[in-house]
Formats: sequence, C-alpha cells, structure tokens
Amino acid sequence: MSNSSVPDTVWKRPPAFITNPTVRMGAWVLLAAYLVWSVGSLDMDWERVARGLPRAGDMLARMFPPDFSRQSLLIRGVIESVQMAFAASFIGMILAIPLGLAAASNLAPRSVYLAARSLIVLSRTFHEILIAIFFVKIFGFGPLAGLLTLSVASVSFISKMIAEDIENMNMGQIEAIRATGASFSKLLIYAVQPQVLPRYLGVCIYRLDANIRHSTVVGIVGAGGIGATLSASFKRYDYDFSLAILLTIIALVFIGEIFSTWIRSRLR
Amino acid sequence: MTPTGASPDIWRRFSPRQTVIRTFWMIVIVFIVVWSLSNLDITWIYLLDAHIQAGDLLTRMFPPDWGYTGRIMDPLLETIHIATLGTVVTFVISIPLAFLSASNTTPNWVTWFIGRFILVSSRSINTVVWALMFVAIFGPGAMAGIWAITFRSIGFMGKLIAEAIEEIDNGPVEAIEATGAGRLKVLLIGVLPQVLPVILGTTIYRWDINIRESTVLGFVGAGGIGIELYSSINLFRWPEVAVMMTAIFIIVVISEFISAASRSRIT
Repeated sequence: MSNSSVPDTVWKRPPAFITNPTVRMGAWVLLAAYLVWSVGSLDMDWERVARGLPRAGDMLARMFPPDFSRQSLLIRGVIESVQMAFAASFIGMILAIPLGLAAASNLAPRSVYLAARSLIVLSRTFHEILIAIFFVKIFGFGPLAGLLTLSVASVSFISKMIAEDIENMNMGQIEAIRATGASFSKLLIYAVQPQVLPRYLGVCIYRLDANIRHSTVVGIVGAGGIGATLSASFKRYDYDFSLAILLTIIALVFIGEIFSTWIRSRLR
Repeated sequence: MTPTGASPDIWRRFSPRQTVIRTFWMIVIVFIVVWSLSNLDITWIYLLDAHIQAGDLLTRMFPPDWGYTGRIMDPLLETIHIATLGTVVTFVISIPLAFLSASNTTPNWVTWFIGRFILVSSRSINTVVWALMFVAIFGPGAMAGIWAITFRSIGFMGKLIAEAIEEIDNGPVEAIEATGAGRLKVLLIGVLPQVLPVILGTTIYRWDINIRESTVLGFVGAGGIGIELYSSINLFRWPEVAVMMTAIFIIVVISEFISAASRSRIT
C-alpha cells in the first residue's frame, strides 16, 4: 500500500476481489442486512425447532442398529431403482442424439435450434421431482412415471452436453467430408460422430450415475423405486429400517460413482 | 489399424477385432436395458392414452389463475431464502471441511478419512431425503429446508474446494512456512487466497442449483413454494398450478442467469 521508503511493519493481506474498501464494506453490510431480513421473515416455530435437537438425538438412537431384516422389500426397491436408471439412461441416450443435433447452432437451422434449445431449458428448469409428480398424475403410481421422469431429465442433460460439444468441434473435418459431396447423414457419421463420440459416451455414463442417484428419490412422490419405501419408513418412525435403506443407497451411489469414473477414465 | 499386407479394397474404420468388441458391448447394453424394462412393473397400456391425459392436464391449466399470484409471493420468497440461507451455512461449514478432506492440508489420515466420509455421505443422499429427515427432527417448515439444503450442498462444495486445494501451487505455502508462520497462518495466507475464486465460484453455482432444489422441498413439508404447489396439485386446482409453475420457471431462469453472469466475472 504505502510507497514511503520505510515499509509498514505489519503486512496486511490485500483483498482478493473487491479492492475498493467502501464497496467491500457495503457488500458485507448488505449481506448482514439480508441475513437479518430473511431469517426474520421466515415463519418459523422456534419452540418446535428448539425441541429439534433432543429429537435428533432420539432419532439417531432409534436408527441404530440399522434393521436389514426386511431384505426382500429393500432388494426389490433397489433393483427397481437401478432398472429405472438403466432404462432411462438408454432412452435418454437415444433420444438425445436428434435433440442434441437440433440444438447445435452450427448444424441446425435457426428455427430448429431455437425450438430445441427452449425445450432443453424448459425441462432442465423443473426439478426431477416436480416432473415426477406430473407423470404420476398422468400415468398413475408406479415405475412408469419414474422411468419417464428420469428419461426426460436424461434427454435434456445429454442433449445439452452434446450440443455444446458439437458447437465446439473442428469444422475442418466437416468441410472436408462435405467437399466429397456426402449427404447429411454421411456427414454426421463420418465428420461429426468421430469427434463427439468419446465425450458423448462419457456424458451418458455420467448420466447413468446421476440417474441412479435420482432414482432413489422419485419414489417419494409415488414414481417407483426404493424412495417410496424410504418415505414410508420415515412416516412410520421405523428409523432403523430408514437407516438400512439410506446405507444401501449410499453403497449403491458409491458403486455407481466408482463404475462411472472407471469407465470414463478408460474412454479417455 | 488396417491389417498388414495388401491394402483392403474397401476402407473400414475398425479392424475385425474392434468390431467384435464394439458389438459385444452393444449387446451387453441392449441386454441390460431389455432386462430392466421387462422386469419393471409397467403397465404399458397407460402409455396409449398418455397424450389425451397430458392434453387434458394442459387444458385444465388454462387460463392460469393470475389472481393467485399475490398469494404465492411469500412462499416464493421463502423458497429463495431457504436456498440462500442454506448456501450461506454451507459456505461456513464446507471450507474447514474441505481443508480436512484435501490430502495436502489434512492433519493425518484419520481426519482425511473422516472428511471424505462426510463428503461422500452428504452427496449420496438427495436433498429431498435429507428434508425427510430434518422434517422429522425440526417439524415441517423452513428450518428443515435450510438444513436439508445445507447437508446436501456440503458434499458438493467440499469436494470441489478440496480438489482445488489439492491442485494449488506449493511455492507460496513453502514461502509462508519459511517465515515460521503457524499452521493456521499458512492455511489462511498461503492456501486460502489461491482457492478463493473456486470457493466463490462453487458457492454461486451451488446457490443456483439450490434455488431449483428448494422449489420441491415443500413436497415433504420442508417449506417454500412446494407446499402450496403440492396441495394445489392434490386438490386438482390446475389454474393455480400453472401460475406456480410459471413463477418457478422465472425464478430458476433468473437465478441461473445471475449465477452464470457473476461466475464469468470471477474466473
């Protein structure tokens, strides 16, 4: 800070982002004001919250030891979740190809591009569980609603990723194939596909991993899988069974993540 | 890639061996998918009249009951507060946790393991499942939502920050250590400034994910717009549902825009 010949004896770390001290103080004051306002405006029953801590202790105590005795229920739910995840990833993987191509600005005509992009934005905005509720209303309770929910989420995610990848690809190869007089489908097979395939597969595997995670919760609103069992166990205060389900979910997600990282590292 | 000897008459991208391997994997994938689909308890007949049902739902939503807008302002604000407060609490918790979980700043392997275990469990359990738990603890309301958001976000932010810490430049750290500074000083002056952009970036990114997540917390009673939305859906008040869906769409898109704009300024 000081340019005098005698250096300051105490060094102060210069601020990293906002160098203007007034603005920096202002930001802190704003943050503090927001915290006070938001906490004050939340309609909270503090008495009930205060009783929370002993209840948390009680809940933990009742969770241990986890109760794995209802194995068949647990296994059936988990398998249903995994099956929904696999099937939805596959559906997403297939449907994302046309949608991804349509959402790439360098391949698709402007109107198609805009339509595809808005479809992707629309379905990405709404949380999976929100979509699941609508599918439950349309198709009734059961894994079909969950399967379709996860499929919609997968399609929009994968197609967004491949669209971005296609937009970033090397146009030289496109021009080279185009110069041979190839048709659009040949162009896709020989110029686009080799450039985006490795990342496309990586994204699909990542999505499978994400679907496994999400498939465990869509059941809470009735869309199949282990989530329904979990939610029911909470409602019945069967906390030891809840913990058993949670541990199974953690193990499942962990396996899915290891599998996904392993495959993606091999794809590179 | 091409077989040795005489060049083949027709150019092929893959050698026979590659073709066999690729076909094998495709068969495996198709087999898994067929197994999954056939084993799921799905009544396919429901798909037949799906378009009628969906069309019915959409026509019931129109015209949206715009008079309802005033009544959802408070729940909408609560949704944003839950996401923001949850992110603030996460920010406070995840930084020390990230230092604990990064292999170069953790005191010993036991603390490293504890840190990693917390991160993995936090990420494996969905926000809504955390919400189920906190509703059981704190009762229905925003408090459960804030903690649900926090417990899910800790793992996300902690992991990304820990990865950033593991990739820092060791020079400044050694320089600070050479001055005889204590452990805490080394972390604060040598490490923290290097990862600060990542910390702020992931915080803002997680905030916008949390806005999206907090819109559904109400389905399990953890506060926000989800409570009203769920009751309107269950009472078949579709014009109100349409208003709420529009509102959710607007706040999610705005938060995503704010998040993207501020992150591009940081990095």
